[in-house]
Amino acid sequence: MRVMAQMAMVMNLDKCIGCHTCSVTCKQAWTNRSGVEYVWFNNVETRPGQGYPRRYEDQETWRGGWELNRRGKLKLKGGGRFKKLLTIFANPKLPAIQDYYEPWTYDYETLTNAPLQEHTPVARPKSLLTGKDMKVQWSANWDDDLGGSIDHGDKDVLLKGIADKVKFEFEQTFMFYLPRICEHCLNPSCAASCPSGAIYKRAEDGIVLVDQDRCRGWRMCVSGCPYKKVYFNHRTGKAEKCTFCFPRIEVGIPTVCSETCVGRLRYIGLMLYDADAVLAAASVTGDHDLYEAQRKVFLDPADPAVAAEAERAGIPRDWIEAAQRSPVYALINKYKVALPLHPEYRTMPMVWYIPPLSPVVDVVRDTGYDAEDRGNLFAAIEALRIPVDYLAQLFTAGDPAPVDAVLRKLAAMRSYMRDLNMGRDADDSIPAAVGMTGEQIYDMYRLLALAKYDERYVIPPAHAEQAHSLEELATSCSLDYEGGPGMGGSGPFGESSGGPQPIAVENFQMLKDRQTSDSLSGRVNLLNWDGRGRPDGLFPPRREDQ
Amino acid sequence: MNTLLFVVVPYICLTVFVLGHIWRYRYDKFGWTTRSSQLYERRLLRIGSPLFHFGILLVALGHIGGLLIPESWTSYVGISEAAYHFVAVALGTVAGFCTLFGAAILIYRRRTTGPVFSATTVNDKVMYVLLIGTICLGLGTTVIGNLTSEPHDYRLTVSPWFRSIFYFQPDSDLMAQAPIGFKLHALAAFALFAFWPFSRLVHVFSAPLGYLTRPYIVYRSRDAVPARRGWDRAL
Repeated sequence: MRVMAQMAMVMNLDKCIGCHTCSVTCKQAWTNRSGVEYVWFNNVETRPGQGYPRRYEDQETWRGGWELNRRGKLKLKGGGRFKKLLTIFANPKLPAIQDYYEPWTYDYETLTNAPLQEHTPVARPKSLLTGKDMKVQWSANWDDDLGGSIDHGDKDVLLKGIADKVKFEFEQTFMFYLPRICEHCLNPSCAASCPSGAIYKRAEDGIVLVDQDRCRGWRMCVSGCPYKKVYFNHRTGKAEKCTFCFPRIEVGIPTVCSETCVGRLRYIGLMLYDADAVLAAASVTGDHDLYEAQRKVFLDPADPAVAAEAERAGIPRDWIEAAQRSPVYALINKYKVALPLHPEYRTMPMVWYIPPLSPVVDVVRDTGYDAEDRGNLFAAIEALRIPVDYLAQLFTAGDPAPVDAVLRKLAAMRSYMRDLNMGRDADDSIPAAVGMTGEQIYDMYRLLALAKYDERYVIPPAHAEQAHSLEELATSCSLDYEGGPGMGGSGPFGESSGGPQPIAVENFQMLKDRQTSDSLSGRVNLLNWDGRGRPDGLFPPRREDQ
Repeated sequence: MNTLLFVVVPYICLTVFVLGHIWRYRYDKFGWTTRSSQLYERRLLRIGSPLFHFGILLVALGHIGGLLIPESWTSYVGISEAAYHFVAVALGTVAGFCTLFGAAILIYRRRTTGPVFSATTVNDKVMYVLLIGTICLGLGTTVIGNLTSEPHDYRLTVSPWFRSIFYFQPDSDLMAQAPIGFKLHALAAFALFAFWPFSRLVHVFSAPLGYLTRPYIVYRSRDAVPARRGWDRAL
């Protein structure tokens, strides 16, 4: 057993309202630079829908992830090392910008400097690639809320297995949102595809990063990632991807997408896993067994033997304690309500999802029946085979049984908690029907419905004695646009040559102090100041005070 | 004059080539990339780029064979000058035209595809002129030279001169005997070498051969990253 720690995330899809706040704040934090206009480290997809980039789940086209070869050994679906090197001059499986969308801006200047004329001037869309006028035809969430699904609703890759006649009905009754970030896989195929060895998995917390100094722009990672979550910066010629906000994680605060999530649907915590068991788990024969196999790779941090082994592997004590309190572990292995996204890609993804029960509840409610009655909900889960099959294609490689079990647990929690909230006696047959106890159901309810900030995000800070310095790679200053205040943008050899601008880790430390301290020490809220007196911290100290 | 062109210039250019690469690698690892434009356009690239790259790899191999292996060695193993010349010219012409044709497709693509053209820098344009110029001069010399009755045996003039540069006993008289085409080709090549470390051509030296032997998944500790403080300017 070789214990390693992995920072992981679970998203509760029942709570996602599709507001895109996570995407927007992520973009502001990480990809508001030129060259990455089309890059969304975090995006929210409406399902059913094509996703971003379009039809990324069609691995027969894109050949991302891993597959078993004839001898049952794990190999890259896109071809091995020799094939990668032979096709290095023109990557055959790279999505074009049209598969994402052509980024654009608007010519706002004409609004202010157009001469007096009969018609109101308009700001025309201008391509950010060519600077020419363009017709806006697609974007990162063009099919948001099933928009235009009459035209292209059938292009969802997962609908392939579902009969034509029910498709339309299905789209009318069933819709949910899927926020996606990089999966920070245990067996990352992007890293395996990188000819330069620039993509690495951090040994301490499992975050997968691109070393910007070693990346040579061969683009094999973009094809290798089945989730298409590695992007090519077309100005710098380097690959970029979600960093799990490592500068924030290192000081113990959650990722930007989690921090700003309106629905509070994201959970972050540590998972301990057996690194020696990963390859075997990713190589199990049946696609349906992959979910269970991955679950078995995770180690129970409460087990003293595991804790001892973890300590021997150099994992600090407070990290093991954090792993024991990990909400992610509870949702994945204790309550077993979280499922991996597309386990059939065999990358062992580490961002898991609680499938949504609410579409089922809505159907029951629309028919006029009691949508919190266990019998009605169970019957509905039974009857809504197509949505369950669809969810199974997303989360369990098509096996409906685990999805069914999760939905029943969520339904049971609903009915059981309703009785408690109405002051009725608890009906212990409800938890028993899904193989849980009343106490477990209550704990799960607490975690899903009430959990506070420090229960949803259990993030032990990085250890200074582990790292002489925190990493400061991966991005440049967001003020470095042309003529911007940063102005470090262009070196002599094209866009952003020279060293990358370091992220000021001190800022994140200060941000954390500010967020977690009880007082407003050192800061004054000017709105509350009546203009009299000298509040602490408003002015620098007087000379005589010093 | 010969001493200036075929002794001084080569040494200056090679010095710039070597020191330039060291300096660029230290100063600008972040800018060291292929600067691929495949994202913008892939149809023409899929034909042009492999044609050009495989062609120029063959050309490079041919140059290594022709310049670095003395004629006495090949005749010692029983390859006659005529046989050698025939193979070299045949392969070299095919590879050369592949390269040139690939480059033509790539330049056409660069000029006509909007986003690719906007992403082209002055640096790129200078590089294209030097690179294509060198290829054309080399290919032209070979083709025209072989149309005349008696092709010049460059392995008695150009090759020993080129090797003599590396023994630090440069012999410009050898080069003086070569036809003008060879001289121009060699000078263009040295100009290209001098410009090389400052252009996107540096990506040649990041050919990822290590990929064949390294493990698939790379683990790295935070410790492995060199210490750099927030207040340090990256250098």
